[in-house]
Amino acid sequence: MRAEIHARSAPAAGTKEPCAAGDRPEYDLGHAACHGSRAVQAPEDARRIVLVGNPNVGKSLFFNAFTGLYVDVSNYPGTTVAISSGRMGDDVVLDTPGIYGVSSFNDEEIVARDIVVDADVVLNVVDAAHLERDLFLTLQLVDMGLPLVVALNMVDEAEARGMRVDAAELSRSLGVPVVPTVATSRKGFLEAQSAMAEARVGTSDPVLQERIVGLLDRVRTPGEALLVLEDDPFIAERNGVEPQGLRDEIYLGRRRRVNAVVARVVMHTGEGLDLRTRLGHALLRPLTGIPALLVLLFIMYEIIGVFVAQTVVGFTEGTIMQGYVEPLIRQVVGAVVGTTGVLYQLLAGDFGVLTLTVTYIFGLLLPLVIGFYLMMSLLEDSGYLPRIAALSDRMMTVVGLNGRAIIPMILGFGCITMATITTRILGNERERRIATALMAFAIPCSAQLGVITGLLAGAGGLSLTVAYAVIMVVIFGVLGVLMARFVPGESTDLLIDLPPLRVPQPMNVLTKTYRKTVMFMREVGLYFVVGSLLLGILQVTGLLVSAQAWLAPLTEEWLLLPRETATAFIMGFVRRDFGAAGLYSLGLSGADVLVALVTITLFVPCIASVLVITKERGKSFAAFVWVGSVVLAFLFGGVLAHFAERLT
Amino acid sequence: MTLLEARKGSRIRILEIPDDRARAQCIRFGIGEGAVVDWAEPLRVGPVLVRQANQEICLGRNLAARIVVEEAAPSAECGPDVRGRGA
Repeated sequence: MRAEIHARSAPAAGTKEPCAAGDRPEYDLGHAACHGSRAVQAPEDARRIVLVGNPNVGKSLFFNAFTGLYVDVSNYPGTTVAISSGRMGDDVVLDTPGIYGVSSFNDEEIVARDIVVDADVVLNVVDAAHLERDLFLTLQLVDMGLPLVVALNMVDEAEARGMRVDAAELSRSLGVPVVPTVATSRKGFLEAQSAMAEARVGTSDPVLQERIVGLLDRVRTPGEALLVLEDDPFIAERNGVEPQGLRDEIYLGRRRRVNAVVARVVMHTGEGLDLRTRLGHALLRPLTGIPALLVLLFIMYEIIGVFVAQTVVGFTEGTIMQGYVEPLIRQVVGAVVGTTGVLYQLLAGDFGVLTLTVTYIFGLLLPLVIGFYLMMSLLEDSGYLPRIAALSDRMMTVVGLNGRAIIPMILGFGCITMATITTRILGNERERRIATALMAFAIPCSAQLGVITGLLAGAGGLSLTVAYAVIMVVIFGVLGVLMARFVPGESTDLLIDLPPLRVPQPMNVLTKTYRKTVMFMREVGLYFVVGSLLLGILQVTGLLVSAQAWLAPLTEEWLLLPRETATAFIMGFVRRDFGAAGLYSLGLSGADVLVALVTITLFVPCIASVLVITKERGKSFAAFVWVGSVVLAFLFGGVLAHFAERLT
Repeated sequence: MTLLEARKGSRIRILEIPDDRARAQCIRFGIGEGAVVDWAEPLRVGPVLVRQANQEICLGRNLAARIVVEEAAPSAECGPDVRGRGA
């Protein structure tokens, strides 16, 4: 007898409800209607072991070791957060996003909260060198009355920092088993696994427990009762009670308990700031941090922009896909449906779903997405990413964002579609809107960048390149300032903790890259197919050609460019790089190149990203971005053209 | 005085965090109202860096400008091993 793992879900805090579900019934993790998640099969009496911990404490290493290769990654129903689940013997292991506390401050917390409240056993991974921070979550789990085991991870790192943690005393203080571990070398994993049988409800605060018991006639579980006391509006609503307004009091009380426990169990043996901390500071201070960031960006450009985008893609797209796969597909499709009909055009023509789309997804997109996720995983695991966020915070506040927005911005240079999905990490909808629009308007994706740099180098070299860069930065800034002023709402402030710098674990980086890539492909692959199908239809019906004719006067009279440039713009609807590539054949020079490139960069994002923007931000916002980018591109391109004409 | 005005390297006590969420998050990080942090440093073109025990937190300038702090007396056993205690 097998049953699906059930998990309760709740509306996301401060975000739109992504699923159409009236009274939020129990979802199964498997067949949820929302984001294509899959089932985790398990025996009916399987225990739900849930891994919980702060970000960057090595939780995923435990998960990987416990579950092996047979892991399922899916979006948690009703949210945008990916969770992993797998099997360990007869038990089900669920990984949760890194959180600092259980509540509903963001999507990650909501997902973790809803998985945690129904856990049979919680394995709480804590960083031995950061117990002041980590034990807050631990004591909250204790207060929730959950059977708990604590993995005291990174004991080696704590020792290197001159700290000794008394695991036995910690176990006594918390009232739960504590297992010292070093996840990077898999030390203590077996002990942690067997300790799970001895998971216990820890020692909570008696006054708090009285309050929880007082709520139990109206609230489902002690864990949910605690969250109601701590003002979680969603849990309160779910149970039909009012939030109790005690969050500050409970939090401060818990903080005092944490500090008391830390004072008992942590002994400091060493002194002074270690080298890594000093290096961490250097990366934050502008004088040293900015040059370091520039070096990093240059290395990233060399690896992704040159090696992956040119060498690897040249091979995957040119040699493999266009050289072997496409001719084969054309042959097969031609043999089945004939080579003259509409069906052939749609399947294997210029915009064929089986030719162009397949080449695009596997030849171009896949290598780039893997390259970018690999880089981001490396930066994330090394602890550098939050420092980049801190370093760019002030700049980002000018455009109504905070430093965290640098992450989607960097990804935007890879693929706007991928970056649009990543805007989920931002604090609220206002920030997601600003970031999405800025990227769609003013950041050229890697497919486009390749063609743009090629054209710039051919047409005028350095001075044109600098002019293009300056113009785009100015446009980015002006648009950002305007949006910061006019997009409703208020942006959140940066409030992040900086993990210590570490050497990333290769296996963990690879696993993360793999999972993110699979998630991305699963989520957006269809949009690329739909996009090219739409264009195939436009082409077959002749609409593409008439649109070109309609647009021609605009290019000639207003942008002062040859009539044929219109083709490039129309192609830009398909794929932004097609648009830019169309300019190659025109033999433009000097200022004309600048006008054409600025216009085409500002011009509409590719169909796939428009579809993803629609999905993430809604129809009207996508329409605003699309129409806005057309208007902006021609308005600004025209002004630039006339300005340049006057100068020469 | 606000956190944004703190001297680089000064030891400060957090007195008031007006924003609900930031207040809760700061308590989780161990830098809630009443806590003493070992090292505050408004970075020149960035946020404010706060260090307490081994924990380093960055707070955006707008947030830091709303957080009320006071200078705390240097600890007798001054050094990185001094933990600021919550209220």
